[in-house]
Amino acid sequence: MSTLQPAKLLAIDVVRLAAYGLTARPLRVVLSALGIAIGIAAMIAVVGISTSSRAQLNQLLSELGTNLLSAGPGKSMFGEAATMPPESIAMLGRIAEVEMVSAIGVLADARIYRSNRIPVSQSGGLAVYAARLNLLETLSAEVAVGSWLNEATANYPAVVLGARAAARLGIGRGLIGQQVWLGGRWFTVVGILAPVSLVPMLDLSALIGWPAGERHLDFEGDITTLYLRTAPDAVEAVRSILAPSANPKEPNEVDVSRPSDALAAEAAADVAFTGLLLGLGAVALLVGGIGVANTMVISVLERRAEIGLRRSQGATRGHIRMQFFGEALLLALLGGGSGVLIGALVTIGYAHVMGWPVDIPLWVPAGGMAATLLIGGIAGLYPAIRAARLAPTEALSVG
Amino acid sequence: MTATIVSLRNVSRGFAGGVLALRDVSLEIGRGELVAIVGPSGSGKSTMLNIIGTLDRASAGTVEIDGLAVENLKDSQLSALRARHIGFVFQHFHLSPGVSALDNVADGLLYTGTGLRERRERAEAALCEVGLAHRLDHRPHQLSGGEKQRTAIARALARRPLLLLADEPTGALDSTSGEGVVQLLLGLHRAGTAVVVITHDRDLAARFDRQAAMRDGQLVEDTRRSIR
Repeated sequence: MSTLQPAKLLAIDVVRLAAYGLTARPLRVVLSALGIAIGIAAMIAVVGISTSSRAQLNQLLSELGTNLLSAGPGKSMFGEAATMPPESIAMLGRIAEVEMVSAIGVLADARIYRSNRIPVSQSGGLAVYAARLNLLETLSAEVAVGSWLNEATANYPAVVLGARAAARLGIGRGLIGQQVWLGGRWFTVVGILAPVSLVPMLDLSALIGWPAGERHLDFEGDITTLYLRTAPDAVEAVRSILAPSANPKEPNEVDVSRPSDALAAEAAADVAFTGLLLGLGAVALLVGGIGVANTMVISVLERRAEIGLRRSQGATRGHIRMQFFGEALLLALLGGGSGVLIGALVTIGYAHVMGWPVDIPLWVPAGGMAATLLIGGIAGLYPAIRAARLAPTEALSVG
Repeated sequence: MTATIVSLRNVSRGFAGGVLALRDVSLEIGRGELVAIVGPSGSGKSTMLNIIGTLDRASAGTVEIDGLAVENLKDSQLSALRARHIGFVFQHFHLSPGVSALDNVADGLLYTGTGLRERRERAEAALCEVGLAHRLDHRPHQLSGGEKQRTAIARALARRPLLLLADEPTGALDSTSGEGVVQLLLGLHRAGTAVVVITHDRDLAARFDRQAAMRDGQLVEDTRRSIR
């Protein structure tokens, strides 16, 4: 027998050894795996919730469309609020790529109150606008209760309230048909809008018909903001010619914007917050890794007799190292696996409560498991090396 | 193949602090021989067993196991040597709690490169050989002291070692269980395995063919019974 070659451990035996080492001390395993699990679960949930929220915003954007442009009056050269001429609606309508044009005009002096007994100063910050009848369709907005203005009600003192305006005035579901005090006369509430995602400003507004404004409240027909839907691929082209078309005389007094950009910016703002929470998750994971290292160090100390016995049976230092390293990895994987599961469940639960679509990109659990293996590997390295360095005689002398 | 399985020539083993546990010991053990190394505690018996079992290296002198010079072998080669040729039996059994007798024995074959099924088959055969066929699935805490030691012997035996080293194998047992273990070791010797038993029990040692007596790290007596 001249060549003495130590036998290789089969992979299945390494796993079996690791599993055996862990099942011998279940409580300690659960506790130290918990540390890793919490870290991973936190990271998965943070990323999952934030991507789900973004998925929700994207869904909203695709429902509402990103082809809405708005043109509002900027400031004139002398710093006064500018308006746009009434003809601009017709002018914009002639652009081929513009599918729909609508407009609102502010009634700057009109205030709305629940009744004529309310002191004038308590206007609640609500604005009153005259609105074109196709406004709702142009904005992809919806009526929550009652109905939108029509050809008939647009001529009469009828008002549709924004969602938050209705709440401020104390007009609830059952109060359609109630009278409110608007611009010094009674108007009848015919409907309440659902929140308008693309133009949140309208939530705090009261909308009346264009002719009703002219007839009852001295509205002169000047346009405050134009809303237009363009062909989806012509948004930028229309945007560039929008200002001169809306107000040829003073194109620099027109502020052009794309309301969907604001929603997209909101999604981007979430990213910074997500980064912060992710950092907290990473700290938890690190602490979990230290827990695993600690458990393994103690395990090596307690199992010196076992190490000695294995060495006497022919285990090499490499076999011992592999056994303890495998055990640390398995311990971390156990934590990481349950962490991924918990994180996914939290995300699904939260998205369900918020009515969002669930969106956990595949790289998130994959990254979580990779981080787990890395942490487990680093945590297991030192204890494994220490176990392998034990002299067999020293290890056996404890029994 | 040599006739000698263990050869110690002028072996010394010192430890940090100037303690010399073995001084200039020379000893040869032949294949299939039955030897008791006897001496009071602190006489260097355990150091001797560790050196013969290649768990420890000599500070001076040469050690040959099965014709191989231990000093020329790497740590991993010594591991392979132990896996193939040397079985150990300890006073305190060193059985894994919570694992059946069968798997305790099968685990002893882990480093021989055999698969689980074969390890279990060989473990079962070894347990039958030591008279524990009815205890395969019992956990260590369900076994008596004697049965535990017989399980440990089966674990060493399953590898079919050329050399079986037993450190106070009856030290933790009552006399009846101890007798069963001794009979087992004698039987192994008759079947051809070299058996080296370390003990401070002179009555036990007297039942062996050869007694090597130690005191203060030195071999003071090496007697053979003339008639077997």
